[in-house]
Amino acid sequence: MAESLASPRMADPVLTVDHVTMRFGGLVAVNDLSFRVGRGDITALIGPNGAGKTTVFNCITGFYKPTEGMMTLRHRDGAEFLLEQLPGYAVNRNARVARTFQNIRLFTGMTVLENLLVAQHNPLMLASGFTIAGLLGLPAYRRAERAALERAKEWLERIHLMDRADDPAGALPYGDQRRLEIARAMCTDPVLLCLDEPAAGLNPRESLLLNDLLRAIRDDHDTSVLLIEHDMSVVMEISDHVVVLDYGTKIADGTPSEIQSDQSVIAAYLGVEDDEVEQVEAEVGV
Amino acid sequence: MAHPANTLAAPNAADRAATDMAAIVKDAALFALVTFGLCVPIVAFRTDLSQTSALDLVPRWGLVAILCGIVFVARLAQRLILANRDARRALTPAPAQATEAVHAEPNASQKLSAYALPAFLGVTLAFPLLAVLGTGGLGESRYWIDLGILILTYVMLGWGLNIVVGLAGLLDLGYVAFYAVGAYSYALLSTVFGLSFWVCLPLAGLFAGLWGMVLGFPVLRLRGDYLAIVTLAFGEIIRLVLINWTDFSGGAAGISSIPRATFFGIPFTADEDGFAAMVGLDFSPMHRVIFLYYLILALALITNGVTLRLRRLPIGRAWEALREDEIACRSLGINTTNTKLTAFALGAMFGGFAGSFFAVRQGFVSPESFNFLESAIILAIVVLGGMGSQIGVAIAAVAMVGGPELLRNLGFLKAVFGDHFDPSEYRLLLFGLAMVIMMIWRPRGLISERAPSIVLKERKRISGSLVKEGHG
Amino acid sequence: MEVFAQQLINGLTLGSIYGLIAIGYTMVFGIIGMINFAHGDVFMLSAFIALITFLIVTTWLGISSIALALLIVLICAMLLTALWGWAIERIAYRPLRGSFRLAPLISAIGVSIFLSNFVQVVQGARNKPTPPMMRDVITLWTGENGYAVALSYKQIIIMLTTVVLLAGFWYLVQKTPLGRAQRACEQDRKMAALLGIDVDRTISLTFVLGAALAAVAGTMYLLYYGVVSFADGFTPGVKAFTAAVLGGIGSLPGAVLGGLLIGLVETFWSAYFSIEYKDVAAFSILAIVLIFMPSGILGRPEVEKV
Repeated sequence: MAESLASPRMADPVLTVDHVTMRFGGLVAVNDLSFRVGRGDITALIGPNGAGKTTVFNCITGFYKPTEGMMTLRHRDGAEFLLEQLPGYAVNRNARVARTFQNIRLFTGMTVLENLLVAQHNPLMLASGFTIAGLLGLPAYRRAERAALERAKEWLERIHLMDRADDPAGALPYGDQRRLEIARAMCTDPVLLCLDEPAAGLNPRESLLLNDLLRAIRDDHDTSVLLIEHDMSVVMEISDHVVVLDYGTKIADGTPSEIQSDQSVIAAYLGVEDDEVEQVEAEVGV
Repeated sequence: MAHPANTLAAPNAADRAATDMAAIVKDAALFALVTFGLCVPIVAFRTDLSQTSALDLVPRWGLVAILCGIVFVARLAQRLILANRDARRALTPAPAQATEAVHAEPNASQKLSAYALPAFLGVTLAFPLLAVLGTGGLGESRYWIDLGILILTYVMLGWGLNIVVGLAGLLDLGYVAFYAVGAYSYALLSTVFGLSFWVCLPLAGLFAGLWGMVLGFPVLRLRGDYLAIVTLAFGEIIRLVLINWTDFSGGAAGISSIPRATFFGIPFTADEDGFAAMVGLDFSPMHRVIFLYYLILALALITNGVTLRLRRLPIGRAWEALREDEIACRSLGINTTNTKLTAFALGAMFGGFAGSFFAVRQGFVSPESFNFLESAIILAIVVLGGMGSQIGVAIAAVAMVGGPELLRNLGFLKAVFGDHFDPSEYRLLLFGLAMVIMMIWRPRGLISERAPSIVLKERKRISGSLVKEGHG
Repeated sequence: MEVFAQQLINGLTLGSIYGLIAIGYTMVFGIIGMINFAHGDVFMLSAFIALITFLIVTTWLGISSIALALLIVLICAMLLTALWGWAIERIAYRPLRGSFRLAPLISAIGVSIFLSNFVQVVQGARNKPTPPMMRDVITLWTGENGYAVALSYKQIIIMLTTVVLLAGFWYLVQKTPLGRAQRACEQDRKMAALLGIDVDRTISLTFVLGAALAAVAGTMYLLYYGVVSFADGFTPGVKAFTAAVLGGIGSLPGAVLGGLLIGLVETFWSAYFSIEYKDVAAFSILAIVLIFMPSGILGRPEVEKV
């Protein structure tokens, strides 16, 4: 397939995935996958269940080491990181890739505020002189802590959870937990934010709040977004670029409107061969 | 009679009570029957070594009958009380009861932290004085002050382990190894090199912390129960090496005549340059004991202070986050291995401090003081206290270490069970039983709520059901 | 060569005992994911039950045939220990199912402390010897240096009993509805319950079976060493757990294989290196296996779920 430039920003990709393959024993979860995430874009990774989307995420964010292939992350200042070679935590700390999880992983027993502070662990740790300065209560650390608190408050405002800052994260309603998880990831100041099904289980109102939040992240921060999503209305509405996976292989890559009319994508979603698509569509009345 | 509903319900309830009663008795009888099965033959026959060193069997069916009877009555009582409570619950409107339960607990624990904490500290500080006044003399108070020292040692160990288990959520079943490292560090450094306690104390902590790092590094990526077992194995290995490496550690006989603690260089002796003479008091061996009491109290409070402070620092928050969700931590750029290692090493360091205190207090160390049971007791104190709760750990230490001491005062039971009866024999038996019962009664410990480490507007307690227990 | 052969025989005998205990650990871990810390003490308790039953059978009932006496003792010990296993699960573990994850482990440690001290209180702290029995050995061959390789009747009985009972047990978990229910609960307890499997009963039976096998081990241990004390639960327990981990926890053949390996390591270590450090060797294996191959020899590797 020809590399179509879905958005002009693709010329300066923040992430380039090159020929990534991931095997679990005999199972090929991701097969020779290549795509780019444009800087400042919202890129959606879609595909039927079991297409290998979350595996791709886990490779990018350092939880799995891909069997083959290369993933390059570029900062605006030109610094490059080969994600597959970094230890898990350094993908966030050094390459500044943040993520959320399909099944929300908040620190449920810690307060909303604490969740946002844990996300700022690395700068705070540095400021606390690896705990020594913090233990002594030196002013430099106090300043850093105040700054971290300010940043947390800023995000609390944006996700409308200021009033619940001191509640345990586990006590929040589902939609709030989703947005808190995104805010927590944003507190690590990422250049690439990976969201695993951020709209799953949200009601329409929460879904709208989420769309606003994602657009705000793209527009106000130097953060590109890569997201897995099943909800096509979200994908079509907010994404600049869509990559479609099926059985671990990329079957389409383009703008939302290109994808919408792609026969192989429709076939993959309906689970039939390309030439049967029209027949099936007629049967189900699409 | 004011409520017609009650009178209507009454015959019905009586009916049900009758059938319930039959079922309850049957259930209790079943329990007694199982008890009988369990007692045969392990209780029913005692094996005695005879003159020819063969075993004689002595039947004890009376004891079996008593045990079955006790179980029958206990089960009966339990079921009746439960049935009664259920009946009462059925009569009270449910919503009222629900709100009651919700409100009662936070209030209770808030009150606890507001008043009990200063009171607790006050009693602890004044304890030697109270003991002397209570028993009527310096010498007579020795038992109580020794008990106080013992309890405080366990409080300190509990607080040290609390960093590892309660905050970082790493299950460590070999904590006693670091206690041993601390004790042997002091014992060897003082007997071989003649170093003083005040030089050895930081060194012992340092060594224990280093051992924590050395042992922790390879094992901290293990999950949950596996970590527990590896730490147990390390604890046992250290003990076995201490037993067998006679040249180094004195073997099973241990190391004796370890120099006693001094008052910052002034020995507690009856000499002219002893503590008593210098301060102008009449010499009493109790001065040293009271000094040891305040020493361990200070060590324990330092442990507590450092822990409380660390909880509010990034490292402490990272520990707790690690306990909550390690994968999320990694996704936030936290180096989980290093974070775990600091918790492990720090916990080990406090264990080492406590160990060197143990050595200076006993004047004698041997490997048998550092067996698995000690680790289990310390872990039980942490879990029963409520993981992560400092005051809970202190209360649990008092209950678990002080409680069995009560058995010593049950000498009057000899009148009931005969002269052979020694209540303190049952110390560990009851200890094990208490662990099981506590877990069933309060699996999350005495104080299960978590206090947030930072507050924006209003301090709210976090229910224990939301707090995760860590992956290990 | 002769020394080697002799140690091989001794190691396999000891290994069968460890293997029998290890099955109890591995089954319970497989089905409820819990380390049954008290299992070693159940084993020790069973040795006491066997000892007392043996004394009753020989001195009071006057059965002089050792084989018949052993059979009766074995059956009694298995039944009574199974009852203990059932009661322990029912009282100390079942109420904690689905609770805080540390609770069952702490409870198990409590049970372990309780059991060893219970036995100490009711039977005394001293070592309890059995009357001497079955001292006959078969000399297999004598080497040039005069070292005779011997196989004792005890060892034959221990290995035979182990093999026969393992075969029966294998049939039980592979071919019967109980075994199927057990494997279903191992895979997915909730789903098994939805499909009409009585999960509580299956778990109870797992404990009962584990305890019964521990009783076999206890009887064999008593027969082999001829002495037992209240403190004999902990170390064999940890070694058997090591065996379960070495074989791959959750795997039944793995437990037996691990048991044999641990038995061999222990005897060879004692014979060729130093007897003092034989327990250190066992514990070191435990640590090394857990660190470098946590899924053991026959276990399935785990993939971290994100």
